[in-house]
Amino acid sequence: MKERMNIVVVGHVDHGKSTLIGRLLADTDSLPKGKLEQVKRTCELNAKPFEYAFLLDALVDEQTQGITIDTARIFFKTKKREYIIIDAPGHIEFLKNMISGAARAEAAILLIDANEGIAENSKRHAYMLSLLGIKQIVVAINKMDLVNYDENKFYQIKNEYLEFLKTIGINPIEFVPVSAFNGLNLIEHAPEMSWYKGKTILELIDSFEKEKEDEEKNFRMFVQGVYKFTEGGDDRRIIAGTVNSGTINVGDEVIFLPSGKKSTVKTIEIFGKESPLFAVAEQAIGLTLTTQIYVKAGDLMCRTDQQLPYTTNRFRANIFWMGKNNLNIRKKYKLKIGTNKVGLNIETIESVLDASTLERITNREEVHRHEVAQIIFKTDKNISFDLFNNIKTTGRFVIVDEYDIAGGGIIVEALEEKETITAPDYSEFEKELYNLVKKYFPHWEIKPIY
Amino acid sequence: MDYLDKLEAHSIYIFREAYREFKHLAMLWSIGKDSTVLLHLARKAFFGHVPFPLIHIDTSFKIPEMIEYRNKLAKELKLNLIVGQNREALRTKQTFPDGNVDRITCCKLLKTEALKNTLSGQFTRYKYDHELGVLVEDPNKEAYTGVIVGVRADEEGSRSKERYFSPRDKNSDWDIGDQPPELWNQFKTEFAPKTHVRIHPLLDWTELNIWEYIDRENIPVVSLYFDNGTGKRYRSLGCWPCTFPIESTAKNVKEIIEELKSGKLKNIAERSGRAQDIDGGGTLEELRREGYM
Ligand SMILES: Nc1nc2c(ncn2[C@@H]2O[C@H](COP(=O)(O)OP(=O)(O)OP(=O)(O)O)[C@@H](O)[C@H]2O)c(=O)[nH]1
Ligand SMILES: [Mg+2]
Repeated sequence: MKERMNIVVVGHVDHGKSTLIGRLLADTDSLPKGKLEQVKRTCELNAKPFEYAFLLDALVDEQTQGITIDTARIFFKTKKREYIIIDAPGHIEFLKNMISGAARAEAAILLIDANEGIAENSKRHAYMLSLLGIKQIVVAINKMDLVNYDENKFYQIKNEYLEFLKTIGINPIEFVPVSAFNGLNLIEHAPEMSWYKGKTILELIDSFEKEKEDEEKNFRMFVQGVYKFTEGGDDRRIIAGTVNSGTINVGDEVIFLPSGKKSTVKTIEIFGKESPLFAVAEQAIGLTLTTQIYVKAGDLMCRTDQQLPYTTNRFRANIFWMGKNNLNIRKKYKLKIGTNKVGLNIETIESVLDASTLERITNREEVHRHEVAQIIFKTDKNISFDLFNNIKTTGRFVIVDEYDIAGGGIIVEALEEKETITAPDYSEFEKELYNLVKKYFPHWEIKPIY
Repeated sequence: MDYLDKLEAHSIYIFREAYREFKHLAMLWSIGKDSTVLLHLARKAFFGHVPFPLIHIDTSFKIPEMIEYRNKLAKELKLNLIVGQNREALRTKQTFPDGNVDRITCCKLLKTEALKNTLSGQFTRYKYDHELGVLVEDPNKEAYTGVIVGVRADEEGSRSKERYFSPRDKNSDWDIGDQPPELWNQFKTEFAPKTHVRIHPLLDWTELNIWEYIDRENIPVVSLYFDNGTGKRYRSLGCWPCTFPIESTAKNVKEIIEELKSGKLKNIAERSGRAQDIDGGGTLEELRREGYM
């Protein structure tokens, strides 16, 4: 079966990320014919030295400044599969772009300039990869030409960097000495570094493994919407969503959280498919239920025969902050987890970390841009989630400040619910019905619902 | 799931997020292959329905088959079709075919300006009346805040840097140097008044993926993409004065896929038949910063 994989290339500014990708494209004959010559000619015309990076740094500002500003998607194919290679910027100013790119990746190549050695963002980027849960990492020590292909220099950097990676829980697949500009050890083994016996970059890319789809895990699906399109006499009331994890079958009893309403799956709806009997992780589907219960976007749908997620209004999380304004303990934010949105408050900022020095700071009331922090959050209403380590897609969230996503995080621990302010959500119909019953049938002594 | 299944599922996710989050949502529809796939995906996302209007920016210089095809499909699928046009520029003949402005200016007036003002409601919108079978003035003047567009990252440089949900400011300008973060399946769905968000469900698709999907799903496309015996076919569709067919004898979808895979077209960029790209110094970035799709 044909597959596609996303790989991100990260590392400190100017360490050669774009050059590595550009050279890889050139040497595998992946560029449109004439493209390389065209870039070379443009460089000549502008009296600038030729850069492979110009093949990717397409923006006018990127070319004039010789820097990558925003992440690019590069399409690349080997005999084994299709790739989107994500070229991330290395400058600290564009960390939010690097994270946006890395969050889409399943594996990463981390570049270090052999001459400059381990730099601030070599560490910070590695930390971000570990926080994002990217486990397959190859480290390329680049610009080996500048250090005379010296084996000792390579091992010195490798050992120093391994030490750091160990502290943040990263166990790289391989360290490769390369010269991106000269195309050494990218596709074939370079005689200049015959002491290196491991795989080349291209071989390593093809050896990354596709992440297993979460089909075996507990079933989870965030409801994206409940549709009733009446046109053409369509009377289905369809609950739409993309399966986060696990498998769902026609006939399964399901529960919607946090409300706790239950029903049974009547049909699975996929346009163009005749009555499918089950659906698995990553499929975009619709469902109809045997009973008409009030369900809404943001609910987390689960199976009653499986372990349920946590439902509470407090949790501990590790977050990274990318906002223009600092994250402030007294300010109110919006949390988006799956398709659920809820008001977010900060209970305690337990610690703040400089992701490159790993210096830990306590007693802070703010988290600054580019910092990482461990925080106890409290939401306005109960929410349902899993721990990131169990199910990734239901254990991570973003923080919205005004109009923009300003932070992202992963949930490490569910905490006990405090002063639940939540009233369960009732539909207008349920509220009206309640009022009618209370008014006309007071002797029923119906329990107040709000 | 193979990679086409995954691309499809991800696009559907984007459609459904857009539909929930944007009250005033519309989809740009250019009749081309990407738009056609986009429409098919929308129907998949919403179980056979298309619950928002499709906007076609008609420069009046579109290849006639495109307009015929557009009207036919709108009728068949009962689409809510909205047509926008820069009538003032056409009236005063401020166009390249009339010889009064260069290609880039023509594009700016007939496409970028027409698009901006149709989205904001400044220009009159024309709506396809399914009973009368003609375009009538649309009374709705409300600005669209979410606009679904079928651009792909592999088309050219500035598109390779796009977000799935990409904000445009009050003047429809794109601040390409300072795009908001986009993580996992969380997109930019909040926006300031008078701004709007461009939504790109096809960003991760390549030209080849598009044709493979058209083949797999049996989606009808306008016949201009095929060689009908002249040894030429269109690879990308636009206005007739600025779009040229390429040398190719591919007569059907399968042959196009073969041609793309064989590398025969490697020496030709997909939009090489689109003259405005070349006039702009080989980059669409300038046009796109100002609101072009
Ligand atoms: N000598 C030498 N120079 C290299 C090598 N690889 C890259 N360079 C140079 O290093 C400079 C920076 O390369 P880029 O590829 O732009 O670096 P980058 O990591 O993409 O930088 P940002 O994206 O801005 O973070 C360029 O001038 C390259 O030519 C190499 O193997 N040897
Ligand atoms: Mg770069």
